[in-house]
Amino acid sequence: MSEKRKTLMAKISLYTLLTVVALASLFPFYWMFVMATNPNNMINQTPPVMVPGSELVANFQNVLDSIPFFQAMLNSLIVATTITGGVLILTSLAGFAFAKLHFPGRTVLFIFILGTMMIPPQLGLIPTYFIITELGWLSDLRAVIVPGLMNAFGIFWMRQYISSSVPDEIIEAARMDGCSNFRIYWNIVVPVILPAFATLGIIVFMAIWGDYLWPLVVLQDQSMQTIQVALRALMDDRVRDYGMILSGTFWATVPLVVVFLLFNRLFIKSITDGAVKS
Amino acid sequence: MSSPKGAVSENGPLEQKKQGVKERKISQRIRNMVSGYLFISPFYLLFAVFGIFPILFSFYLAFFRWDGLTEMEFVGLNNFNIIFNDPLFWKSLYNTIVIGLMGTAPQLIAALILAFALNSVLVKYKGLFRLAVFLPYVTSIVAVAIVFSVIFSNQESGLVNSFLGLFGIDPITWTRSEWGAKFAISAMIFWRWLGYNTIIYLAGMQSIPNDLYEAAKIDGASLRQQLWYVTIPMLKPFIIFTVFTGTIGALQVFAEPHIFQGRAGREEGITVVLYLYRDAFVSNFFGTASATAIVLFFIIIIFSVINMYFANRIGQSKKVGTGK
Repeated sequence: MSEKRKTLMAKISLYTLLTVVALASLFPFYWMFVMATNPNNMINQTPPVMVPGSELVANFQNVLDSIPFFQAMLNSLIVATTITGGVLILTSLAGFAFAKLHFPGRTVLFIFILGTMMIPPQLGLIPTYFIITELGWLSDLRAVIVPGLMNAFGIFWMRQYISSSVPDEIIEAARMDGCSNFRIYWNIVVPVILPAFATLGIIVFMAIWGDYLWPLVVLQDQSMQTIQVALRALMDDRVRDYGMILSGTFWATVPLVVVFLLFNRLFIKSITDGAVKS
Repeated sequence: MSSPKGAVSENGPLEQKKQGVKERKISQRIRNMVSGYLFISPFYLLFAVFGIFPILFSFYLAFFRWDGLTEMEFVGLNNFNIIFNDPLFWKSLYNTIVIGLMGTAPQLIAALILAFALNSVLVKYKGLFRLAVFLPYVTSIVAVAIVFSVIFSNQESGLVNSFLGLFGIDPITWTRSEWGAKFAISAMIFWRWLGYNTIIYLAGMQSIPNDLYEAAKIDGASLRQQLWYVTIPMLKPFIIFTVFTGTIGALQVFAEPHIFQGRAGREEGITVVLYLYRDAFVSNFFGTASATAIVLFFIIIIFSVINMYFANRIGQSKKVGTGK
């Protein structure tokens, strides 16, 4: 009987803890929506409003008047998809080479790539900015895309995945049939590592989508900014319109949340795989 | 390689075949070499232009005075002198460490407890809780910083201020107070990363074989003892991973103070990366900013070494513990 009560008490405390944390995690989303739908005079009253209002459209219209919201979303989408696609191809090719092809210096070259992962990105920030200026890529999406294609973690990850999931025998057999290395990569390796593409793709897309410092430095022209840089500009006004600010932030967040809710298992698996492998 | 089948030669077909296999092996080796170098070359080309060159140039630039437009002027170690004598640099380093500790240490402990709760057999609807807890991670850092800037607004009507008002506490000017700014920035970090670390610990806990818990239970271990003597030691690699990434991330905090306190930052919340950014892209002091980048690089190395030292120590003390 006391055992039963103990279990009940444990259950109650576990559910209380989890519910409190879940509510704390969800509350800012709800509150963003409340703010995004209320007029400014409601927002500035005490106690603050806690229920959605009727200014959903008006607040978003103010966002559109203040920043090129859709252009910025499109820029982010272009940057994130191009980099993700490019990184998946480049890292899987390199990962295949490191996992399955023998060539002199292979180990040293691979360790070198691992070493580059230790370097903080801020170390080369200033010279890279001047390289971009020299190339004439300031306020050009290429300034973000091209350096973003360099992904040491992806190569490491793909190498591990390909080593363990593509048997040597299949590659040998394909060679006997006269397949070139690229054909082997394309027809044998790629179909096997599609799950790895999904996992790494999510990690890369999320990182690029949320990136802030580098796009802030190189994308100065407002029409070329990514959504993260554009959102910050909403905070610039001397008298802040919180309804507008959080409307912009809310609608910039919604697409990712929807995608996450649709593919949440894949998302969570990506994050844990990424952590466990390294 | 043509097939030796149809070939007739003086050496006989067998010899011919051996020759063919040998030749094919050599040509295969060359082909592997060519494709190998070709497939890995994009990384090295990109790294040459956007990796190694900028890094070397940073070390070079740190010894010059440069505003980006006029001629560079060699100043020796003067840039390092300037930043080491700048109280704001030391303040930024202090802020970075304090915010890092406040935002990360309690968060990792909370994540551990949360993962333990989520892993409990007593809990149903685990998927739903896991989803809710993980959702903040999907929000971009900029979005988090903006939302929390409004939550921690200086106005009396701000969400946190009006909540404090319920208890008769006067409104706090969050962006302009020493601990208020640090607390708000730490809260952003805490909220966004708690779910991420929980998910990692949870994955680690699910990889622990159940027999270990069974054995502990047979030995009469309480729930807390199970957590302390089974779960945490088995989670060691996951804990080390989160501490490493958490530390490196904390040393590079930028977006949160940049959005919370404006582009030039304020001394209550300025971090090392914001100090660097402001030096370079607000004041155009590229020499001192490069010097800061190099100092930051060494700070990250120092902290990584400290982490590694403790990671090894923990491993050793555990071994001593089991030897008893």
